[in-house]
Amino acid sequence: MGNVLIVVEANTDGSLRKATLNAITAGQQLAKATGGAVHAIALAKDATALANQVKEYGVTVHAASGAQFEHAIVENWAPAIAAAAQAISAEWVGGAATAIGRDVLPRVAAKLKAVMASEILSVEGSGADVSFTRPMWAGAVIATVKLAGPVKCFTVRATEFAAAEKSGAGEVKVFAAPAQDKQLSTFVGFKEVKSARPALTEAKVVVSGGRGTKGDFKPIEGLADELGAAVGASRAVCDAGWQPNDLQVGQTGKVVAPALYIAAGISGAIQHVAGMKSSKTIVAINKDGEAPIFQIADYGLVADLFKALPEMQAAIKAAK
Amino acid sequence: MPLKILVTAKRVEDSESKIKVNPAGTGIVGEGLKYKINPFDEIGVEEALRLTAKHGGEVVVVSVGTKDVHEQLRHALAMGATKAIWVNHTGPLDQLGVAACLQKVAEKEKPDLCILGKQAIDDDQNQVGQYLAEWLGWSQATFASKEESLESDAEKTKTPAIKLSADGKRVTVVREVDGGLQTIDSPLPCVATTELRLNQPRYASLPGIMKAKSKPIEELTPAGLGVDVTPKLTVTKMIPPPARKAGIKVPDVAALIEKLKNEAKAI
Repeated sequence: MGNVLIVVEANTDGSLRKATLNAITAGQQLAKATGGAVHAIALAKDATALANQVKEYGVTVHAASGAQFEHAIVENWAPAIAAAAQAISAEWVGGAATAIGRDVLPRVAAKLKAVMASEILSVEGSGADVSFTRPMWAGAVIATVKLAGPVKCFTVRATEFAAAEKSGAGEVKVFAAPAQDKQLSTFVGFKEVKSARPALTEAKVVVSGGRGTKGDFKPIEGLADELGAAVGASRAVCDAGWQPNDLQVGQTGKVVAPALYIAAGISGAIQHVAGMKSSKTIVAINKDGEAPIFQIADYGLVADLFKALPEMQAAIKAAK
Repeated sequence: MPLKILVTAKRVEDSESKIKVNPAGTGIVGEGLKYKINPFDEIGVEEALRLTAKHGGEVVVVSVGTKDVHEQLRHALAMGATKAIWVNHTGPLDQLGVAACLQKVAEKEKPDLCILGKQAIDDDQNQVGQYLAEWLGWSQATFASKEESLESDAEKTKTPAIKLSADGKRVTVVREVDGGLQTIDSPLPCVATTELRLNQPRYASLPGIMKAKSKPIEELTPAGLGVDVTPKLTVTKMIPPPARKAGIKVPDVAALIEKLKNEAKAI
């Protein structure tokens, strides 16, 4: 039986993280393809409230509460998830390919002696023939992979799966987590990148700046705020320390798929493109008309971003 | 407190190379490709060298693959690693096979710290460090980064970003997580994996390159280590990513706004 266990994540305010809903959808597809049920595991200081939010999506939520689950320290999370997987005889254990998912799920897989596929884009086939597609070489290749063994793990690229819809009918079960791993890391601190703007991976519109900004993000931020958009950045910008690393869009940063992505002063290196090419509409603004970003943009404007962006901002404001 | 650090040097296609799927969809076109050390691994080598420069100790570099990986091992040796281990293997290998070989090597070498790239830029899995930490039963500090930028003084003075405690029993690691930077304190032995902003790797100096030629490369095999590397992950097909249909260039901002409003209905 192809039971599926999905790891639940919360935002810093305790609300359910949207990427979890995308992972639940992947879980539902897998459960359907292999004849199992979708379960979820919520780990938090008090997991009840979080589990109650997840249950709305028609899954059985195993709620493990304890102070040790704060800050998602892997040596606390992995043994609890692995134990829950064994308790429900899970064939599949997965979650969103967030920082937590990417940290924790391979360790869970290692505990279960299971193989794992990272950042899956789709679930293909059914029964014993289930396979996944996933990106390789920074998205230059889409590979179909097949995993062997009684238990298999995965992370989900959230932008490639619709969010699960509420369907009631779920339930919450209290789960008594086993002891943590012996060699235990401890939490020291968290330096949050505070922003009044929407979260990069969840925004409907993203305005990103690259090397062409020369570190001056005022035009990017001005346009973003006019559009109610999130701000993103290319790797060069983050490497230079012009913007926090958390804003990096790309294969090695955040993968986004907003309705509108505006790339300003970004040349379009393959690893950046891998992080944004699923966006519905892409706009490229660059002084260099030969920049590769224009090959994937729906609308390209060869212009100086320091002139074009304020002009756009003014035009959008005037039209309101 | 001298540190022994184990680092990895996976052989991967140069990130500047054009990667194309072959017509049969069974792999990538090998022609014209250049190979390099995985850039994330190279950052791991650099961090290890900075740590041992500060605290003393040695850096052991390991790679699994055909004899071609000697090129990447020599690169790490030229940067300053003390010795190299080559796990000689030809044929398919998945992340479990690599992690199992690394586990045996770590058990043999008994390092205080393993530093691996968070992912290799060919398969982009981001798993081996985590498997290794679990199988060794060690603490895990993935996505190691730092608050200072790559243009900062801390970077220019080659200060290690991973901090060793005064008693030499723990490391403090700043991790890139969603929404900011998390700092954790991990007991040694520990497996850490690197982010791009951990450091800027040094160039190998000419004397370094000359010296590397005489540094030892120990040869091991998976069978000799008692590891079965039969893959559990099989790639059954490769295709290029779906192409976006070619867009248009607009003459000015007014035309762009008009298109976004009326055609794309994006604003």
